[in-house]
Amino acid sequence: MRLGANLIIGGALFALAIFVGLLAPWLAHTDPVMDANLLNAEEPPSWIWWFGTDAQGRDIYSRVVHGARISLTVGIVSQLVNSVIGVTLGLTAGYWGGWWDDFVNGLTNLMLAIPSLIFALAIMAVLGPGLTSLLVALGLTNWSFTCRIARASTLSLKSQGYVQAAKVLGYGDLRIMITQLLPNMVGPIIVIGTLGMGGAILAEAALSFLGLGVRPPYPSWGSMLSEARDQITTAPWLSIFPGLAIFLTVLGLNLLGDGLRDILDPQSRSRRT
Amino acid sequence: MTGPPLLEVEDLRIDLNYRSSHVAAVEGVSFRIDRGETFGLVGESGCGKSITALALIGLLRQPLSIGAGAIRFDGREIQRLSAAEQRALRGNRIAMIFQEPMTALNPVSPVGRQIAEMFVLHQGKDWREADRLAVEALASVRVPAPERRVKDYPHQLSGGMRQRVMIAIALACGPDLLIADEPTTALDVTVQAEIIELMRNLCAERGTAILMISHDLGLVANVCRRVAVMYAGRIVEERGSDDIFRTSSHPYTQGLVDSLPRLGSRAALGRTRLTEIAGVVPAITDFPDGCRFNPRCARATDICRTTEPETTLLGAGGLVRCHHHA
Ligand SMILES: Nc1ncnc2c1ncn2[C@@H]1O[C@H](COP(=O)(O)OP(=O)(O)OP(=O)(O)O)[C@@H](O)[C@H]1O
Ligand code: SF4
Ligand SMILES: [Mg+2]
Repeated sequence: MRLGANLIIGGALFALAIFVGLLAPWLAHTDPVMDANLLNAEEPPSWIWWFGTDAQGRDIYSRVVHGARISLTVGIVSQLVNSVIGVTLGLTAGYWGGWWDDFVNGLTNLMLAIPSLIFALAIMAVLGPGLTSLLVALGLTNWSFTCRIARASTLSLKSQGYVQAAKVLGYGDLRIMITQLLPNMVGPIIVIGTLGMGGAILAEAALSFLGLGVRPPYPSWGSMLSEARDQITTAPWLSIFPGLAIFLTVLGLNLLGDGLRDILDPQSRSRRT
Repeated sequence: MTGPPLLEVEDLRIDLNYRSSHVAAVEGVSFRIDRGETFGLVGESGCGKSITALALIGLLRQPLSIGAGAIRFDGREIQRLSAAEQRALRGNRIAMIFQEPMTALNPVSPVGRQIAEMFVLHQGKDWREADRLAVEALASVRVPAPERRVKDYPHQLSGGMRQRVMIAIALACGPDLLIADEPTTALDVTVQAEIIELMRNLCAERGTAILMISHDLGLVANVCRRVAVMYAGRIVEERGSDDIFRTSSHPYTQGLVDSLPRLGSRAALGRTRLTEIAGVVPAITDFPDGCRFNPRCARATDICRTTEPETTLLGAGGLVRCHHHA
């Protein structure tokens, strides 16, 4: 089967981000925080300073490379938390129905009615800034789409022969959910998760930009943008490179999500088999 | 043999519940199956065969429920068992295979895994041992190269192979009773014969009783020692399957027999024209008064339209429910 261009370009961009994040200590030229040197302050991009330097003379290239670690950690971890919450709630709600379903539906609608960034802001305000609070805030506020998909898949899978057969064979509820239902809905869950990761990286940038996320001097793409905003006209490279990193990573995740949807979509799957 | 019969169904009624009222989808159904016996349940579509089977394994769900009667498996009343006790019976001591081998297997799990799961679930085996037993189970249903086949996904197997896998899953834990609900209707005729033969042989070897459900009287009589004929939620006749073609007593059974194509000896009995039973099965919600077959019955009289016939015992363990049985 022909792999779509979305899948290849998206996958490559995301793989590049992962690669940079994993190898950051080796790829970076200098320490992103400690190697400040005012003699090199605000150098434009050159052969020595690939992405230029900031007002304290820190190498922007090295900071962007290290920033990948934070952005990806936030994206992956918070989306994993969201997926676990969403799948657990959606699967059980769809399977058991009744008051639990009503409750989960109510909660989902509530989450969808409040913009998740505002909700995350509120949580950050209570927990205070920092990486951990960021993970908690973003991990708890973006599960509603996953939950809806999991619930809808459960409702349609529930009437499938093999789910009924499992009951006849003496499977308990938990075993049915884990062996019969969950593996049959991973496709859409992964697609939503990939797109959600992009969203979480953007949300991290936004919260850090507002000074609520990762705090300077530690480099996250969002906090770098935040620091750079006063010099946007005098030293545009300070904002261009972290901005480009965010753009390419999020673009990559969105393309990857679309590409995965094309191959994991149940209809295209039945066409192949 | 001593002890209670394997399965005893007594005066079972299954209600179809609406918001405020309910109607009986199945009523007054009684039969028993002994250990190792083969018993058939035959009837037209919608007469209540499948829901009777679901009741036996405790899986009726709203809007259907057991309204009256008792189901005893090995002397224990199914309805009195806890949910966990019922689960321990299902798949373990009472197994079931279905009409649709295409959909009854999990598409994203290798078939060996699905067989092995039964050993893990009901016999507490570890996965290694269970995987080994799964290969044996697949070999026992005559799947070639079972050690390679266990890794296949359902869509890689033909319909006949899939039904073999279903049989392997159903018989994995050595059940006492196998319920086969239209096990072969989805398969073509030659495969159908193979599957039926396989199921019958395996059950005979292991002493597993079979409850076979089908609309095909010929098929059921071929496999089973005794046959019960169901019409509109009631058993109207029960017979040894040798007797049913020669001496059936109920007009409906006789209609079924006459609608079967026959060869050789049966043709010699004289009824050679293929006929069909006029009319259709009434809907659950408007079963006629009196005998439920009366609108379609050539023998019907006034009493048939007012009074429900009682069960009459015949010789040789047969029974019939008709005012004017032959
Ligand atoms: N979940 C349900 N809700 C409402 N009515 C049902 C339900 N399940 C079965 N019925 C009704 O109960 C009656 C008996 O159904 P059942 O499935 O037992 O028929 P059957 O004899 O197995 O027929 P078939 O040969 O088509 O499988 C049918 O009239 C059917 O419409
Ligand atoms: S009771 Fe009457 S209507 Fe019913 S089958 Fe017998 S003869 Fe026909
Ligand atoms: Mg049926």
